[in-house]
Amino acid sequence: MNKNWLVMIVVGILTFLMRLSFVVLAERWQPPEWLTRALRYVPIAVLTAIFIPDMVAQDQTIVNVIVNSRFIAGLAAILIAWRTKNTILTISLGMAIFWGLNWLL
Amino acid sequence: MKKEALQQNRVSSFLHGVKAELPILIGVTPFGMIYGALAANAGLTNIEAQAMSSVVFAGSAQFLLVQLFAINTPALIMILNGIVINLRHVLYSASVAPYTNHLNPVWKTILSYLLTDEAYAVTIMHYKEKTYRWQHYFFLGAGMALWSAWQISTAIGIFIGAQVPPSWGLDFSLALTFIALAVPPINDTPSLFAALTAGITALLTRGLPFKLNLIAAAVVGVAAGVLGEKHE
Repeated sequence: MNKNWLVMIVVGILTFLMRLSFVVLAERWQPPEWLTRALRYVPIAVLTAIFIPDMVAQDQTIVNVIVNSRFIAGLAAILIAWRTKNTILTISLGMAIFWGLNWLL
Repeated sequence: MKKEALQQNRVSSFLHGVKAELPILIGVTPFGMIYGALAANAGLTNIEAQAMSSVVFAGSAQFLLVQLFAINTPALIMILNGIVINLRHVLYSASVAPYTNHLNPVWKTILSYLLTDEAYAVTIMHYKEKTYRWQHYFFLGAGMALWSAWQISTAIGIFIGAQVPPSWGLDFSLALTFIALAVPPINDTPSLFAALTAGITALLTRGLPFKLNLIAAAVVGVAAGVLGEKHE
């Protein structure tokens, strides 16, 4: 089996087991309150950790953010996402600003 | 009154779930298409790209894996990253468990497979509103609507992605996708703490190989969020 399939199947099975966990266990075991609280921050932390370096660093070097189209468009997208909570608007306007800046800079 | 009538039997309860999921599908379809396009350009075969949408069936994990496939990351590191980003499903599972307790193992298996962010959001809102006999058909309807939309939009994305030239910077849509997913749930001081510290940690540790900086950022971000609660 090649690596792509191996990763896909293992992550798929583990994700399924995470989804199944309490649906099956609930009668016997409730998660402690600290765990439920901590898990709430996982998606926010991981997702932010993914896009911040993409905005300010290229090939692991911090770029000059003032003239960087990824940084400016990313910042605009953060504002749009925060104000509107609209995913389509965030992605399409962010991409339009990115293309516009690439053309200008 | 009309709503009561809708929930009288299995079919109408199922359709009610499908209908409740529809507005969310408008937002999900572009994600599926972007995923398909990026996967096709990251060196996955069309079959692999399509299969991931039903085997993993979790948008943000799929986006992350596509990035990692592109830089030829070792399998173990990819799996570790996939687990961390999908940990939140344990929380969803705990949250729906009281409503699925009475179901048989087959139902529990199917509904768990369908327990995505979007199906969870719609189902839990509905369950908190009212309880009735055929409510698991609502969950099934919402979950299957999302599943179908995800498979179809992936296929369209794979098809389109093959035609997009690299000069368009399509990869930046990935960063925008994560912004669109991460920013709206930041609605109090602790979650803002979690986001900021995670972002800074990821930046400072970006020299780590294979995006292991994400794991570091997750640990620091979650700790900051929990500590932030104590100071509120």
